[in-house]
Amino acid sequence: MSVKLNKKIAAVAAGFLMTVALPGAGLTADTIKIGVAGPHSGDLASYGLPTVNAAKIIAEKINASGGINGKMVELLIEDTVCKPEIATNTATKLVSDGAQMILGGICSGATKAALPIYLDAGLLVISPSATNPPLTQSGEYPNFFRTIAPDDAQAQLDVDFAIEKMGYTKIAVIHDKGDYGKGFAEFAKQFIEASGKAEVVLFEGVTPGQVDYSAVVQKVKQSGAETVIFGGYHPEASKIITMMKKKRLDATFISDDGVKDQTFVKVAQENAEGAYASGPKDTSNNPLAQQAVQEHKDMFGTDPGAFYENAYSAMLAMTNAAANAGSTDLAALKKALQTVPVETPLGSITFDEKGDAIGVGFSVYQVQNGEWVELK
Amino acid sequence: MFTLQELKRSALISLWFVFLTFPIMVVKVNSIEKTVQWRWMNVVYILVGSFVLSLLFRYFLYRKERQSGEDEQQGDNTGRSLIHRLLIVPKYRNMIYGVLLGAAVVFPFLTSSYQVNIMTTALMYVVLGLGLNIVVGLAGLLDLGYVAFYAVGAYSYALLNYHFGLGFWAVLPIGGLLAALFGILLGFPVLRLRGDYLAIVTLGFGEIIRLVLENWGDFSQGPSGISNISRPGFFGIELSLEMAIVYIYYLMVLFVIVTIFLVNRLQDSRLGRAWIALREDEIACQAMGIDKIKTKLAAFSLGALWAGIIGVVFAAKTTFINPASFTFLEAAIILSIVVLGGMGSIICLIICALVLILLPEYLRALSEFRMLAFGAILVCMMVFRPQGIIASIRRTYTYKPRNRDEA
Amino acid sequence: MDYFIELFFSGLSRGAIYALIALGYTMVYGIIGLINFAHGEIYMIGAFTSFIVATILTILGLPLLAIIVLTGIAAVVWSASYGYTIEKIAYKPLRHAPRLSALISAIGMSMFLQNYVLLAQTSDFLPFPTLIPDFAFMEPIAHIVGSTDLVILITTTVSMIFLTVLIKYTRIGKAMRATAQDRTMAMLVGINVNRVISATFVIGSSMAAIGGLLIASHIGQINFYIGFLAGIKAFTAAVLGGIGSIPGAVLGSVVLGLTESFATGYVSSDYEDVFAFSLLVLILIFKPSGLLGKADTQKV
Repeated sequence: MSVKLNKKIAAVAAGFLMTVALPGAGLTADTIKIGVAGPHSGDLASYGLPTVNAAKIIAEKINASGGINGKMVELLIEDTVCKPEIATNTATKLVSDGAQMILGGICSGATKAALPIYLDAGLLVISPSATNPPLTQSGEYPNFFRTIAPDDAQAQLDVDFAIEKMGYTKIAVIHDKGDYGKGFAEFAKQFIEASGKAEVVLFEGVTPGQVDYSAVVQKVKQSGAETVIFGGYHPEASKIITMMKKKRLDATFISDDGVKDQTFVKVAQENAEGAYASGPKDTSNNPLAQQAVQEHKDMFGTDPGAFYENAYSAMLAMTNAAANAGSTDLAALKKALQTVPVETPLGSITFDEKGDAIGVGFSVYQVQNGEWVELK
Repeated sequence: MFTLQELKRSALISLWFVFLTFPIMVVKVNSIEKTVQWRWMNVVYILVGSFVLSLLFRYFLYRKERQSGEDEQQGDNTGRSLIHRLLIVPKYRNMIYGVLLGAAVVFPFLTSSYQVNIMTTALMYVVLGLGLNIVVGLAGLLDLGYVAFYAVGAYSYALLNYHFGLGFWAVLPIGGLLAALFGILLGFPVLRLRGDYLAIVTLGFGEIIRLVLENWGDFSQGPSGISNISRPGFFGIELSLEMAIVYIYYLMVLFVIVTIFLVNRLQDSRLGRAWIALREDEIACQAMGIDKIKTKLAAFSLGALWAGIIGVVFAAKTTFINPASFTFLEAAIILSIVVLGGMGSIICLIICALVLILLPEYLRALSEFRMLAFGAILVCMMVFRPQGIIASIRRTYTYKPRNRDEA
Repeated sequence: MDYFIELFFSGLSRGAIYALIALGYTMVYGIIGLINFAHGEIYMIGAFTSFIVATILTILGLPLLAIIVLTGIAAVVWSASYGYTIEKIAYKPLRHAPRLSALISAIGMSMFLQNYVLLAQTSDFLPFPTLIPDFAFMEPIAHIVGSTDLVILITTTVSMIFLTVLIKYTRIGKAMRATAQDRTMAMLVGINVNRVISATFVIGSSMAAIGGLLIASHIGQINFYIGFLAGIKAFTAAVLGGIGSIPGAVLGSVVLGLTESFATGYVSSDYEDVFAFSLLVLILIFKPSGLLGKADTQKV
């Protein structure tokens, strides 16, 4: 029985190779296929589409100037909706369509689900926005790189800001129970406790979409916290900060990258004044960043969206590595990424042993007169 | 049918819809920049669309009423659809089954592993639909928290694999039984509840399970989920990714066949007929001496058993799970499958599951309209064809005196 | 003690919010015995209509009071129209079908409306203007009860009294009660049952519209999905209080609001929904007809 089945499996595998590998091998001679995976529809589409635009812009530029070592770049754009089960389908689709490198994985959860499939196929993955720390730090995914700093770096920065710069000693940590928000909040809590200079007086999760957050705000007030560190996205953040103002609570508000968004200021309006949030370093003085934004305006007629510069840099790093390595072999690509610096909108970057970009960081911003202003 | 009066009525209805949808469809405001965008083209679409749809709506309603009148006059034989007439003849039936099975077997050889992968997903929904069909279709208990059992199965595999390294085959029965246990756990308190209360309590139960998984980080690793779950083992041989995909696909084909067989037998069993009796009239059913408690609990636990088993397969297939995969939306999709399948019919349920799951996958460009269509389909099905696309045939016992003479 | 009072009032105002939606739910159930799952979406559409109308009026530069009144009227008119139309499309053809069919149709309607607003408008959160200003006389206790909370509390109380009076003492109320008791009999004595049911939907949806306006102005933001959780919570509250009973809906909402608030305050908000749903399950086990519901004996 088992012998028979083995034969069958072998036959299936052979059939598989016939249908997939051969045409793939035939095509590699003239194009380099780059898969772009991310949410392109649904409620998180606004986080995924800027990456697609960045990939299109760079691919066009490279192809106009003769390709990578003479090979044209071809994009395979696939939607993951940020759902793990769909992301694995997408990953298999990209692998069977013959993708050689992957730009993407926008959400950490979906990226985590898809990575084993890419690893198995030996594909390089560079994400512009998946910030979950274990993706690089666990060492399980040697094919994974990213052009954004992980959550723990961000939490560390916010905690340092709260304790060292502002001198707070009582901190309430609130999160939205989500993957990103809770992860960030747990790191913040850990760092506050490790610092020994401040204490976490409250650690709570709020339910996104709830009609009213006054009970949590009363609890923050009761705890006597001087500041609230919030992990999550802007809709909940604006509700909480509005409720804090309504309940006459004057603790400050420090949050993460998911909140450092102009929508937060628009929705919370005057209540947002004075709120802090960490976000990627301001790159508007970098000529390459200005150029990247201008290219987006020229091609799409609009201002770029979230993670655009990270995606632009990831795509640059990826194509550059392919040019330097002379192939899309994972080991060669890794070596190129780790040794040859790339000039990107985020600055000149290389990657460390684990896959995090060196030279990419966060800074703290504050809402001043309805605008996010970087604090030096 | 399309008299002047009808047309006039539709025209009025379409005007009403223009008014109704005016603020949402036509106006779009930006309260920050203080701009208003008027999308007048939408008025035209609504006008034409609702005119046509209202004509169709009333035409189908009219047809449905006429049909139900006719059905009562003639026997139900003429009402049977082509598929049923084909299925009644054993020769054709076996042929259809043979072709389907053959297609299922050769499918991985003809297509890429992506196709195989999404087909596996669709097959999983077939089994989930068949499982929920026991509870909703046969026993008539509207269970909106079915996805909780699916989660129980998935997490039991993920956790047992993570902590103790247990393999797929070992956990498969454990996951199924755990889910069945949860089914009984849920079943007990809700035994006394009537239909609507039951629906909301099951919904609450589903939410509780998901919330616990989300918040009890020490137990379930919270919202960041569990990754690196091992794929099903194959007699100790390490399979490559493509082979694993094909392997899971064949497993699912096997599961579907086994499930169809079991559900079919179950339906015709004493228990199955007790469920149908319970669905039709609870009090009469009790008066006939059917143990209500036992029957209901059996429905809950058996339905949950399948969800648990598929949960295990789901965890093994995606190798990563987090609570976001087990929302109410998922429950609604499974419910749509059962409803479209006509709550009781197996063949139709399979077709509906394949269509509902595969169509959005192939029409990714239209995926935004997917949930809109799901909603509309649920309403239209209930209004026009509560018996499903292809109605299941109630077993009838006809008394034929002439046969006795011959025998 | 202060903390207790603060939590009590935040529970109370949350309860009042649930009650505004739960009243419509319970009314429809009381008259025609249908869980109008799309009720939460009517609330959401009320909030969206308010948002659109209020923004246009603000651009036109009308005074605040005029904006509030006109927005309120628009929200009620459109939500009531939606309620009326939904009943005609999704529930009326199913009057004689099993209850399960009507419930599934309602779930379908709810999904449809959510995605209709998503596609026609946006998936983003929109900032809802603060329509109710901070009253000066509320300032000393603003940290406990805000001005909007006060307006919501008053509106809920007034609505409850209004509905009770309507059902008990008016002609249409009498017709509603007759329809609830026995639809066929009501028809026989000359009640236009279709009109009574339509009226029920119109009134229930109007309540939801007012809820949408006030609650959105309390939270300060809306999106297409707000109706789902609010609807489920309101329904839970209505079941808790005994579905079909008007005072029951308010009582159930307040009990639910207080439970969540105290659970958050003294235990953890991580599990506030778990507490809410567990409370529901417990009450239904020990008193399946809810706090104020009448025990429903089944007729054979």
